[in-house]
Parts: sequence; structure tokens; C-alpha cells
Amino acid sequence: MTMGKAMNPSIWRAPELSMRWWPVFLRNLLVWRKLALPSLVGNIAEPLMWLVAFGYGMGALVGQVRVAGTQGPYILFLASGSICMSAMNAASFEALYSAFSRMHVQKTWDGIMNAPVRLDDIVLAEMLWAAFKSLFTVTAILGVMLSLGISHSPKLLVAWPVLLGVGICFSCVALIFNALAKGYDFFTYYFTLFLTPMMFLSGIFFPLEQLPSLVRDIAGWLPLTNAVALVRPLFMDQWPTQLLRPVAVLAVYTVVGFWVALALTRKRFRA
Amino acid sequence: MGNSILSVQGLVKRYGNALAVDGMAFDIAAGECLGVIGPNGAGKTTTIRMCLGLTVPDAGTVTAFGRQMPRDALAIKAQLGVVSQMDTLDPDFSCAENLLVYGRYFGLKDAQIRARIPGLLEFASLSNKANAKPGELSGGMKRRLSLARALVNDPRLLLLDEPTTGLDPQARHLMWERLQLLLQQGKSILLTTHFMDEAERLCTRLLVVDHGKKIAEGAPRDLIARHLEPDVVEVYGAGALALADSALKALAARVEVSGETVFFYTADAKPLLEALASQPQLRTLHRPANLEDLFLKLTGRQIREDA
Repeated sequence: MTMGKAMNPSIWRAPELSMRWWPVFLRNLLVWRKLALPSLVGNIAEPLMWLVAFGYGMGALVGQVRVAGTQGPYILFLASGSICMSAMNAASFEALYSAFSRMHVQKTWDGIMNAPVRLDDIVLAEMLWAAFKSLFTVTAILGVMLSLGISHSPKLLVAWPVLLGVGICFSCVALIFNALAKGYDFFTYYFTLFLTPMMFLSGIFFPLEQLPSLVRDIAGWLPLTNAVALVRPLFMDQWPTQLLRPVAVLAVYTVVGFWVALALTRKRFRA
Repeated sequence: MGNSILSVQGLVKRYGNALAVDGMAFDIAAGECLGVIGPNGAGKTTTIRMCLGLTVPDAGTVTAFGRQMPRDALAIKAQLGVVSQMDTLDPDFSCAENLLVYGRYFGLKDAQIRARIPGLLEFASLSNKANAKPGELSGGMKRRLSLARALVNDPRLLLLDEPTTGLDPQARHLMWERLQLLLQQGKSILLTTHFMDEAERLCTRLLVVDHGKKIAEGAPRDLIARHLEPDVVEVYGAGALALADSALKALAARVEVSGETVFFYTADAKPLLEALASQPQLRTLHRPANLEDLFLKLTGRQIREDA
């Protein structure tokens, strides 16, 4: 027999994906259907509180904001940014705490892998599931925003799939940290050291132009900044002035994120 | 073996410098129940994981149903049923939903699975618990649900890793009954266990493993006959330990001491028992040699550091 490399393939090999991710996705959907309503309240209550408190409270002080040559009320500025933040948070939360529960605490993944389902398909299913949950949250928030009359731009229809892409991007990145986690505490670092600073550096609460140029340059490479660059104009009934760069940046985070997440998860399960 | 459905050859697995599995080899014939017994850390679970393609061996081959692991892992697993040491049931689903969701992982259609669910629940004696969640079940019920789940794809071979550990005697007997039923239906079973009576009752053939190696193999009764004297006299009580070095030693083929008890192994217990009768302060137990004696002889009486 030939041993070594042939039997122990690299964790960095190409993803081996099949349609078996679907029953895993369905499994998560079935669990969630039982808990959907309370989970929806939890998912949209916080973003809406931010929106109402800051949008109406701060908005009264700030008045109009001028972004990329367009004048608009502060609440519209905030809503278009914070919906990206909600997509990010919902996807990250699901791909960290919930995926970790299934992977490590409940050993659901181990059970699934005793059936003819590859780890790669499970990781894909978890990624798409987190993105789906993020899209669900975003849809609910969009509904509230529409009913509050914050924006009635028909281009919101385009914002919807863009926000799905944002969810996918952050799911992929979060799954890297899921693969590395020893316990839930680890995710606190991800949120406080990565996601929270990014929230302040991505032009959600105030325009990026307020930042020193060096910080602004760094912020330009953050995924959330690029998500906002795509979504905000759509809220203002305009097409994004810059399309290629934000799409490319998000695509790189997504592809590299998924690849690294898959490799590290394979390593975790290789024992 | 001509009708071998699972064949393991020269399997090796290292973790750093430690050899977890060291040249393991065995075959399972169709309809056979092969038991694997060995102390904790002997490499039983690692071997099963390699049979499932979940752990990559450093050397050796696993062939099942004429296919090669890990290359044909999915095709092989389509015909396997697995009960792992730890339950991996979905706590949020009812018993019936657990079966439905698991069946989907095999690519089965919902209608097909739903048709099988009543039979599987009945097999697991859980018909009246179809809508109960695992959290509401006893340990024995959970294990039976795990077994039913492993049968959802109508597998040819079952891999059962300590399926009765932690169960009370009633639950264990019910599990044995079910496993015997499966054997009668022609399924094959690979079973790891710490219970010698379980191994003796269910297994047509046994593998004793230690330090990742097979140290004995055969039918339970044959193994006992081959490695042990037929009778055992256990002696304990005040002054028992002194007997181990007394003249009585000559009346036994082999003498072992464990804790406060002296074990005399012999082909003819009568002279020994007569000699012991003169010392009424001692308590004696005369019994046939069993698998546990064999196990302890082959793997030692000491508690392992990692046990």
C-alpha cells in the first residue's frame, strides 16, 4: 500500500461538494421553524432599537447628511448602514454560536458524518444556513423600515439579494473562527475585537469622510464598508457609483473565508 | 475470506509518538457478529473511526462490500448503520423527526422514510414515544432510538460502539434482544463492549485488543478453553492473602492476587475446596472460568493510567 500523502490529503484541497448539503440545511430549517417567532423578535428588536434611538434621537440633532453628493435625512443614512450591520451580526451569530453548538456541543455533525455526507457539505450547509437566517432577519427589518416610511426606493428589491451576499460573506468569515473555537468564550473576542470596531469604521453611524485619511484607507478594505457602499445608494434610490471594487472585496472575503474555514474545519475533524 | 463484507488489514494509526492502532487486522463475514473487547484506550474507537473513513490511517486498508475506504466512503456508508459511543440525537426533534431527518442524509425520499418510521419505532419499543423528544427519554430509550436511527437506511452492517454502556440491566437485555433479532434477519454486526456477558451472548467471534493490537481471536467458548483452566476458586476474608504463597498453591495450575482476593485457576477444584473447608473463616466462590477471567489474564488486572 502507498501511504502518507495519498492517504492523507491536504486540508487545502479543493472543496468536495455535492447536493447532500441540502438535507443538512433542511435539518436546521426544521429546528428553526419551531423557534422562528421568538428568534425573530430577538433578531430584529435590537437593530430596531438602534435605528429608532439613533435615527430619531440623533437625527433630530444632525438633520440632513450629505453622502456621495446626495443629501438625505440622517435616519435614512443610518438605516441603510445598519441593515448591513444586521446582516453581518445575524450571519455571524448563527455561524458562530449556533454552528458551534451543533458541531461541538451536540455533536450533530458527528452524527451526520456517520451517514453518507461529507464534512465539506456540512460546512457549506452551515454557511448557507447562516446566510439564510441573516436574510430572514434583514427581510423583517426591511419590512419595518418600509412601514416606517424610511425609504420607498424601488431599488430596495436589488438591495435584498445584495444583503444575501453580505450574509454569505460574513458567514464564511465567521466559520473560520468556529473552526478554531475551543468554547463559546472565544467568540466574544471575534465580536469585540473584530465586528464591533468594524461597525464604527464602516460608515454606518457617520460618514467615512469624518475619519482621518489613514483610518479611512484601512476602513476601505473592510467587508462591512464595502457592503454599505453597495447598499446605501440603493436606499437613496440611486445606483452605486462604485460597483466593481466593493463587489470584488466582498467576493475575496467570501471565497478566501470559505476556503480557510473549510481547511481549518477539516483539520479540526482530522483526528 | 470469501464472504467477508468488511476486511481490515494492517491498520496503523499514530498520534504523535503514541501508536493508537498497531497493525489491526480482521474480517467480518455476512451474518456474523464480531465483538471487540479491550481496555479503554486499546484502540477500539479509533479502529471504528477508520472503518468509517473519519480518521485517516497511517497505514493499512479498509475494504467493505468490495469497495475501498476512504475512496468509496459515501458508497460504503450508504450500507452501514452506526451507533457511536455518545448519542448524537437531535434534542430539538421528536423521535419520529429524528428518524426522518437522519434518513434524508442517505438521500432517501421523505415518503420512503415516513413509511419506515412506524416499523423502526416499534422495533425500538418507542411507538408510544413518537412525538417525545430525546430529552424526555430514558438512557435505554435513547440508545434504542440511536439504534433505530442507524437502521433507517436498512444497512447490511452495523457498527456499534459500546451500545449498552450506562444502561440498567432491563434496558441492556432489551437491547440484546433487539440485536439478536437483527442477526436473525441476516445483518452483520461489529460490536465493541466492556460487558463480557454481552460479548459472550451476542458474538459469534471475539477480538481481544490491547495497545492497538489484536492479542486473541476466536469464538468466546473456544477462547476460554484455549487460554484458561476450566475452574476458578475465589478466596477472600481474613488471612486469604497468605494462601497465595501456601501449600495450597500446588493444588492449582495458576494463582493470582487482586486486592483482597486470591484466584485459583484449576482443572480440578475438588482437592482445593476440600483443603479450604478446614478454614471456615475464609469465604470461597467456586465457578467456571469466564470471559472476564480471560480478559483480565490477557490485558492485566492493573488500572490503566488513562482509564
